[in-house]
Amino acid sequence: MTETVLRSSPEKRRFNIDMRALSPFIALIVLMIAGALINPDFLTASNLLNVVTRSAFIAIIAVGATFVISSGGLDLSVGSMAALTAGLMILTLNSLGNADMSTLALGMLAAIAVSAACGLANGLIITFGRIEPFIVTLGTMGIYRSLVIWLAAGGTITMRNSDLRELYRPVYFGDIYGVPVPIIAFLVVAAIGALILYRTSFGRHVIALGSNEDVARYSGVPIWRVRTLTYIIQGICVGIAVLVYVPRLGSATPTTGLLWELQAITAVVIGGTALKGGVGRIWGTVVGAVILEVVANIMVLSNFVSEFLVGAVQGAIIIIAMLVQRSVHRGR
Amino acid sequence: MKATVLKIAMAAGLMAGVATGAMAQQKNVTIGVSIPAATHGWTGGAVYHAQETAKELEKMYPGLKVIVKTSPDGASQANALDDLTAQKIDALVVLPFNSDELTNPVREVKKKGTLITVIDRGLKDPTIQDIYVAGDNPGFGRIAGKYFADTLKQGNIVVLRGIPTVLDEERVSNFEKAIEGSGVKVIDKQYANWNRDDAFKVMQDFLSKHQKIDAVWAADDDMALGVLEAIRQAKREDIKFVVGGAGMKEMVKRVMDGDKMIPVNVTYPPALVATAMHVTAANFYTKAPMRGTFVLNAQLITKDNAKDHYFPNSPF
Repeated sequence: MTETVLRSSPEKRRFNIDMRALSPFIALIVLMIAGALINPDFLTASNLLNVVTRSAFIAIIAVGATFVISSGGLDLSVGSMAALTAGLMILTLNSLGNADMSTLALGMLAAIAVSAACGLANGLIITFGRIEPFIVTLGTMGIYRSLVIWLAAGGTITMRNSDLRELYRPVYFGDIYGVPVPIIAFLVVAAIGALILYRTSFGRHVIALGSNEDVARYSGVPIWRVRTLTYIIQGICVGIAVLVYVPRLGSATPTTGLLWELQAITAVVIGGTALKGGVGRIWGTVVGAVILEVVANIMVLSNFVSEFLVGAVQGAIIIIAMLVQRSVHRGR
Repeated sequence: MKATVLKIAMAAGLMAGVATGAMAQQKNVTIGVSIPAATHGWTGGAVYHAQETAKELEKMYPGLKVIVKTSPDGASQANALDDLTAQKIDALVVLPFNSDELTNPVREVKKKGTLITVIDRGLKDPTIQDIYVAGDNPGFGRIAGKYFADTLKQGNIVVLRGIPTVLDEERVSNFEKAIEGSGVKVIDKQYANWNRDDAFKVMQDFLSKHQKIDAVWAADDDMALGVLEAIRQAKREDIKFVVGGAGMKEMVKRVMDGDKMIPVNVTYPPALVATAMHVTAANFYTKAPMRGTFVLNAQLITKDNAKDHYFPNSPF
């Protein structure tokens, strides 16, 4: 009896995912057509590459957020965490000082270490403190943000060595066979994320935890470890996003990463992951992040939206995009 | 508990009232300074200048005590005002977070006989303040506009706006007035929230949208940095210059070094906190009349005068 249920359900689920996973892509295509109608410049290669490249930070962070959210958690601290990681990475690069690859590698290592540690802190407080993730990460959001303001003394942390800056610059502005490096970075992160979420027992534990914690516990899922790991994965994703972010402007300010947490959560939800947990869609998340950036881009390219109303139209488009998705589900 | 605090505060107010008259001769004066915490480059600069000036003034006038308090939002600033009055201040120098929330708390301090100096963002009731020190927002836009009209004479420019506020509106409308009638035309403007990343994105989109842009008014140095990076990435040669504003040290340095893309800057100095503190202290230690309104002109920083506006130690 149990065996039949187990055998039939993955197949059924996979079939469902295939249909539902399409809807963010359909929303994106509708938006692209709208963009092209509004301004022909929208479809130029340079504009599209700009937009997708810009969505890389949120996309990478949102891949991590997909793990956290599909396990039934939430992380509000990612924006502040990104700012703190960027700040500490730049300070590390400045103190090492030399314009060579080893300096850069050490700085990158420092960034990943810092962000993984931040994620670990979130995870441990949530699991061992038994506190709502909303409250914990709201707290650490304030802590990480204040730390970067303190490190910057309210000003800006900037990469001082301009040779090092030039050496690092291609990580945002460079391309491999015409594909910008940040796009490659987020595709790789998403592929690894999908592999972990869909093809490992850890991934299945994450989903089980998100759909019903009690059932997962009785089934022998190591709840504490799985939950803490999702926050560490989130942290590492923030670190990778920072690796791509720092070469763009070479600095961190108290406003770096402001509201990124909301953008990441929005991308995850647009992508079809349930906010209450139990369902995770990595590729949908990536498309969600691109959709957010496309909407902002269309706003600037359009000539008829007053700059005062941009926020309203942006909000409306996101809601309509969600409605389009829902109607696609219902149509099936 | 609350009653005791109130009593202490009232006593402090009474003493402060006496102090302004009698204790001036004994040169024992306490000035409280309440400013927003460093959450943005500019406020970071304001905090730096407040702390430096506090040290400077205490050295200049023996017997003077200056207490600097920073607050992360309007509500905590109101609490900070209570804490300051409890420390028997004779004068309060305040840069309010916003006009609405802080008008009444400052009025309460005033009732205790404290001398009130307001900086930059005015209160709803201007009769509360004894001294008002402000930057010149309309002038900030006007001077930048005049520079575009005089230098560019003819051409298409794009404008990046800050956060939707009265201050931003004053700057932009006066900028537009200043270029009126010249051949300079604003072909696009968009909010970028005084934020480097947002400015980078908006500028990338402007560059996709417009084949020829002659110059950019970024209206803020943080935004100017984002704009420059976007222009560099697009390898566009049509943009002749970018004008930021507020006098960030990195940008003033580039003006000083004669960078072609950054020919000028417009001041909106966070050091106006220092001016306010000096004027307030002088009110107690000199016979010169100090009460009134001080508007610090927005100044055009050019290659020639840049060194007067360059503070390498300030975080901003």
